[in-house]
Amino acid sequence: MITKTFSIKGMHCASCVRLIEKAVGKLGGVESCNVNLATERATVTYNPKQVSDEDLSSAVSSVGYSVMEEVDEDREKKEKEAELNKLRIKVVVSLFLGGLIVWGSFPGLMETAPQILRNFFVQLLLATPVQFWAGLSFYQATIPALKNRTANMDTLVALGTTVAYTYSVIVTFFPKVIMQTGIEPEAYFDVATIIIGLILLGRFFEARAKMGTSEAIKKLIGLQAKTARVVRDNKEVDIPIEQVVVGDVIRVRPGEKIPVDGMILEGESAVDESMVTGESVPVDKKIDDSVVGATMNKTGTFTYKATKVGKDTMLSQIIKLVSDAQGSKAPIQRIADLIASYFVPIVIMLAILTFVVWYVFGPQPAFLFAMLNAIAVLIIACPCAMGLATPTAIMVGTGIGAEHGILIKDAQSLETAHRVNTIIFDKTGTLTQGKPEVTNIKPLNKSFGADEILRLASSLEKGSEHSLAEPIVKKAQEKKLKPEKVMQFGAVPGQGIEGLIGGEKVVLGNRKLMEKEKINIEEYGKEIEGLENEGKTVMMLGIKNNLVGLIAVADIVKESAKEAVSKLKKMGIETVMITGDNEKTARAIARQVGIDRVLAEVLPSQKEAEVRRIQQEGKSVAMVGDGINDAPALAAADIGMAMGSGTDVAIEAADITLVNKDLQSIASAIALSKKTMKTIKMNLVWAFGYNIILIPVAMGVLYPVFGVLLNPIFASAAMALSSISVVGNSLLLKKVRI
Amino acid sequence: MSLDKILVIALGSFGIVFTYWFFLLRKEKKEVAVKNEVDIAVEGGYNPQVISIPKGKTTKINFFRKDSSTCLEEVVLSDFKIRKYLPLGKKVTVELNPQKEGEYPFECGMNMFHGKVIVR
Repeated sequence: MITKTFSIKGMHCASCVRLIEKAVGKLGGVESCNVNLATERATVTYNPKQVSDEDLSSAVSSVGYSVMEEVDEDREKKEKEAELNKLRIKVVVSLFLGGLIVWGSFPGLMETAPQILRNFFVQLLLATPVQFWAGLSFYQATIPALKNRTANMDTLVALGTTVAYTYSVIVTFFPKVIMQTGIEPEAYFDVATIIIGLILLGRFFEARAKMGTSEAIKKLIGLQAKTARVVRDNKEVDIPIEQVVVGDVIRVRPGEKIPVDGMILEGESAVDESMVTGESVPVDKKIDDSVVGATMNKTGTFTYKATKVGKDTMLSQIIKLVSDAQGSKAPIQRIADLIASYFVPIVIMLAILTFVVWYVFGPQPAFLFAMLNAIAVLIIACPCAMGLATPTAIMVGTGIGAEHGILIKDAQSLETAHRVNTIIFDKTGTLTQGKPEVTNIKPLNKSFGADEILRLASSLEKGSEHSLAEPIVKKAQEKKLKPEKVMQFGAVPGQGIEGLIGGEKVVLGNRKLMEKEKINIEEYGKEIEGLENEGKTVMMLGIKNNLVGLIAVADIVKESAKEAVSKLKKMGIETVMITGDNEKTARAIARQVGIDRVLAEVLPSQKEAEVRRIQQEGKSVAMVGDGINDAPALAAADIGMAMGSGTDVAIEAADITLVNKDLQSIASAIALSKKTMKTIKMNLVWAFGYNIILIPVAMGVLYPVFGVLLNPIFASAAMALSSISVVGNSLLLKKVRI
Repeated sequence: MSLDKILVIALGSFGIVFTYWFFLLRKEKKEVAVKNEVDIAVEGGYNPQVISIPKGKTTKINFFRKDSSTCLEEVVLSDFKIRKYLPLGKKVTVELNPQKEGEYPFECGMNMFHGKVIVR
């Protein structure tokens, strides 16, 4: 019996589940079939001798659904490794046989070789398996390509090695014919075999390195928990994660992985979310807090309700986003694309030209010079390096981003971000916590302490619906202050509130209210102004026509804001804050954080226009917001950055989503973009420069002056190194600190 | 100039012109109209190379790599943000649901082989 999981398309309700389970369960040899609507997957346990995958697929199709493919995240890796193993054997065999031929034919070395290795027939025997077994893949790729009138890297290798091999075969069988043309009969089996060996070796290392570029996705997939401990019928059972449905109650113990997204019902704990959000400090969680699947529970035990499963979980969304980004193309790649489409035919034409020029104008033996140089041209050309230059760096760059909680939507966003020179912050919820809090309580009369002032104020505010009432009441509750009973409560619109406490009139409000009540505030004018200049809203408490205390409420600036802004400034980026607040408050907050420019009293609907206005100044603008309320402004900016969770809304609106909600990640994202672009540019310069310089060298342009020619064997070594160095350079990005 | 040199010049010139004509002047293959599903063989390129699919509908494209060249081991449909590994001899399905008409090229991971999806 084996168990496989298949992904199924077309289900939309619970009856679909039953229909499929029935259709598959009916097949002889199927022990069990569990279909999960939410994850759109079917887990089937069956006897492969009695029933095949095709039988299962047609059973599903017979009831109107389709089986997409077997779900096996490791499959790709296994298959790649299997291909790599085959390649490894070919490399070892061809380099070993090639080495023997070199020993028997290379001037200076051949004298030490046993006589048998110097025999051309023996060399032919050694070279043939290399040419047609190890080198088979070059032919297999070339022949169908030629049928389609296209050519690639393999075509060049097949052409070059076939010429060397064929000439050597002729030398072996008909040495006299060659001698008649005045050429010493010399076989070049070493050239053909070593070229194949070295190029395959290059491919082997390149493929190994390329596996490293897509590591990030594999790491993310590997984070997924395998099972969940679900409470069903008052019993706890471990079930595969595919079978968890929305609404399931799940128990998580210390040290366990949280299987899917949800909300805590009971218990509390600290959760390490670093693997998903990049946030390094464990986050405390209590009842009603949300938890994210694939994160690690540290200290406590809790139960929670699953709210998102399968492809809807945050981790799945992140995986999809990263894999989408890696499938997209950066605009900078266009030039490489254009050249790649002409490259191979041009190299073939240059090789023919090389042959003709050397044959007609070259020294004797002209034919050998012409042939070896033409082969060197075919072999040295490396279109692969150009093709790999951009995508490998993009793959590594987006992967590193994801590891740090920076999700980049596509390659274009990654490229654009490096040009950003202005960052506009939405104030509320981005630079600030978005929740006003009591920041100062100032007693002004010896008979009223801070707690007493807060207690009286909160007693009045309990009846108020004003947005500033909530933080005061909350603060009093936190301090466990018992509210007084308030009689004759009344709100004075635009001014404040009043009421009778213990028979005395108590008022709480702004300057206007104090004026109305004829309470003198002049004595404390400086204190009040000082608080206002810090961007705080000041409320005055008056009892019996005397000012007894001040309470300041403010939307607190995030701890990381100041450092984040200063980091950006160090990078030469102008910082702008956009807010609906009045000028005074806005300026005060901007001063605290170190923002260069303030756009105050901007209505939410005007934010987009403000972004465009700054763009018209010639600036490349990134807008940072929560991704929900400011979607149009994010979309208008060159780069929209959302500080938020990996929810659909935020990801849709933003080019870059900062799931770690850390403002310092803005600078990291831009730094990552700059470093990735630098790597891409280095790769492209290397890939183009390599071909532009070495193809003419292989053609022999240095020969007339310096007498330098490129041996085809060295050409193959250079070519192999060239693509490895491009992939290697991209992998170096992993070492970059952002 | 000896006869062999003249012959080499003539053959070489022909070779260059032929290479130019053979690879760079080839006509684009005729498009294959696809309704729901299409199999594309990946062997020395893509066959069919040009497909047309309807707008606003999901079309399944099954890539089947028969070519051992590592060049073709990935297919990239960058307009649809898809980069898929194609294991040798296994069908890999890509679903497209394009909302805009137009021509969307696709290529191998190293951008040597090309194909095109036309959305009508």
